[in-house]
Amino acid sequence: MALTLMKGSEAIAEAAIRAGARFFFGYPITPQTEIPEYMSARMPEIGGCFLQAESEVAAINMVYGAAGTGMRVITSSSSPGVSLKQEGISYIAGAQLPCVILNVMRGGPGLGNIQASQGDYFQATKGGGNGDYHLLTYAPSSIQEVVDTMMFAYEKAEKYRIPVLFLLDGIIAQMMEPVEMPEMVEYKPTKEAKPWAAMGWKPGDDPAKRAVINSMYISTEELTDHTNVLQACYREIEKNEVMFENYRTEDAEIVLTAFGTVSRVARSAVDELREEGYKVGLFRPITVWPFPYDELKKAVNQPQVKAVLDIEVNEGQMLEDVNLAVSGARPVEFLGHCGSLFPTTEEVKARILAMLKEGK
Amino acid sequence: MSVVFEKTQLLTDKQFHYCPGCNHGIIHRLVAESIDELVKEGKLEAGNVIGVAPVGCSVFAYDYFNCDMYEAAHGRAPAVATGIKRAKPDTLVFTYQGDGDLASIGTAEVVHAAHRGEKLVTIFVNNAIYGMTGGQMAPTTLVGQKTTTSPYGRDEAWCGAPIKMSEMLSQVPGSYYIERCAVNNNTNIIKCKKAIKKAMQYQLEGKGFCMIEVLSACPTNWGLNPVEALKWLEENMIPYYPLGVYKDKGAEQK
Ligand SMILES: Cc1ncc(C[n+]2csc(CCOP(=O)(O)OP(=O)(O)O)c2C)c(N)n1
Ligand code: SF4
Ligand SMILES: [Mg+2]
Repeated sequence: MALTLMKGSEAIAEAAIRAGARFFFGYPITPQTEIPEYMSARMPEIGGCFLQAESEVAAINMVYGAAGTGMRVITSSSSPGVSLKQEGISYIAGAQLPCVILNVMRGGPGLGNIQASQGDYFQATKGGGNGDYHLLTYAPSSIQEVVDTMMFAYEKAEKYRIPVLFLLDGIIAQMMEPVEMPEMVEYKPTKEAKPWAAMGWKPGDDPAKRAVINSMYISTEELTDHTNVLQACYREIEKNEVMFENYRTEDAEIVLTAFGTVSRVARSAVDELREEGYKVGLFRPITVWPFPYDELKKAVNQPQVKAVLDIEVNEGQMLEDVNLAVSGARPVEFLGHCGSLFPTTEEVKARILAMLKEGK
Repeated sequence: MSVVFEKTQLLTDKQFHYCPGCNHGIIHRLVAESIDELVKEGKLEAGNVIGVAPVGCSVFAYDYFNCDMYEAAHGRAPAVATGIKRAKPDTLVFTYQGDGDLASIGTAEVVHAAHRGEKLVTIFVNNAIYGMTGGQMAPTTLVGQKTTTSPYGRDEAWCGAPIKMSEMLSQVPGSYYIERCAVNNNTNIIKCKKAIKKAMQYQLEGKGFCMIEVLSACPTNWGLNPVEALKWLEENMIPYYPLGVYKDKGAEQK
């Protein structure tokens, strides 16, 4: 296994290229600017396209344009920029175009700050733009996990014709870790594989094959039919694509829940408390949409579990999904801060010990 | 018996939904015929064209143009077309946009497509009003013109003088060819078609951003019958929006 020490943003960008992405459209914003910077140097080397758009609004619409031709396309931004992309994301979801979108989250609301944060969980999982839609949303917790997920992200996006969102944060983009890079995938779209794509159609060709990349269905009946198609697809994804990790939960009395980078703090707390003889475990959703409701419920409903502690770098957003999964079967507590203040291992441990002492 | 006229194949058989006297239909036909002719002249491979429809009265243009089509979000057609053209550089890509779409909500996208010198043809249909939403004031609405959101007439002191997009975009270094046309009479229709076809030819030669602005009647929201509407266009719009070539880098080089 060849491990290279890489910066998160560069590893993520390279992984997208290895997964076949040949079109990048974006706009600079901290803490993800190294991604467009990397792309601007790398894309020309491999015959790809890097284009700095005039805004995130334009960038996501360029994604709409390029993805509609069947190519593998990616865009990247951070929270305020991702807010601007919501219009385009909704249209892309409506038009059922596969693509990959990265949100390297920073503090909010508004301009917030440039430190890592998890404040966009609601936006990512509950629909940031208008209309009934979802994005297949991954929240990996290490650079390697982002890279590995990227390698199948386009296949999922294309299988379901859905945009894939990576919910990352400034820490993962800025830190360095050893990574194993996969082999390069050379991707060529075909009309057979993507009959909906705009790849050339002339009068006299089969009218059913003329591409119309569109999210508008003006009659109630047509829009209902269209949303039924989307909803059926979302149910399939919920059935097939849920990803999660149970870490030392099999005999845990306290189950922690956390996603992304902060789950690593939770994991350290679990390991340290285990050393001290406390039975603590971590349940980590890897897909945050679809959320692993049933799997979390199963982990929490074990007889020895006394309570759940949800840890986030926000004021309690995934907490709502955790509560839905637990459905009152156990007390659920929350430890988190907004303003990009990461909980420390010590803080998490102290909270768990207090919970155990209270007999929860 | 010889065929002297045929409907262009680049329009579908779907009946236009446009109001009587609306100029959108004429402009559609000029765009479609230009593509058709370029194919027949061997300058463009059949099927190698993608259009982008706007949000506005021509929102259903994807049902009318008989080629691969996109429907863009309001104002975003130049960004969508940029993505298409970058992915398919050998394809003829055009956007078709109204004045609310291009001159209001989509100014950033069109200015920057021009600025980057995107190899696109933009057909800009200026009818001095928001047709689709029922006749509100556009940035192009003339001073004194009554609309549903300027019921006392457009007041320049309150909301500025009408924006002149051809003049403005011709000042952007990246634009290649900008002309303003009208389709109010046969002479102008023929001129307009020439301009559209020339813009497309420039794109096929790999030249930069081209925009053809077309002054267009909206009898319904101007509250006029089709004949009066054309007269109003001639007496009010053409003087403020003079017809002609604003920029032609191709001609400058000759
Ligand atoms: C984001 C957004 N804002 C507003 C609208 C509503 N809207 C639809 S068409 C339109 C105006 C179109 O006017 P114009 O571009 O001049 O085209 P016309 O109908 O006159 O041809 C507006 C404001 C919309 N669809 N999307
Ligand atoms: S409202 Fe105006 S622009 Fe729209 S179709 Fe009718 S005449 Fe044409
Ligand atoms: Mg208009």
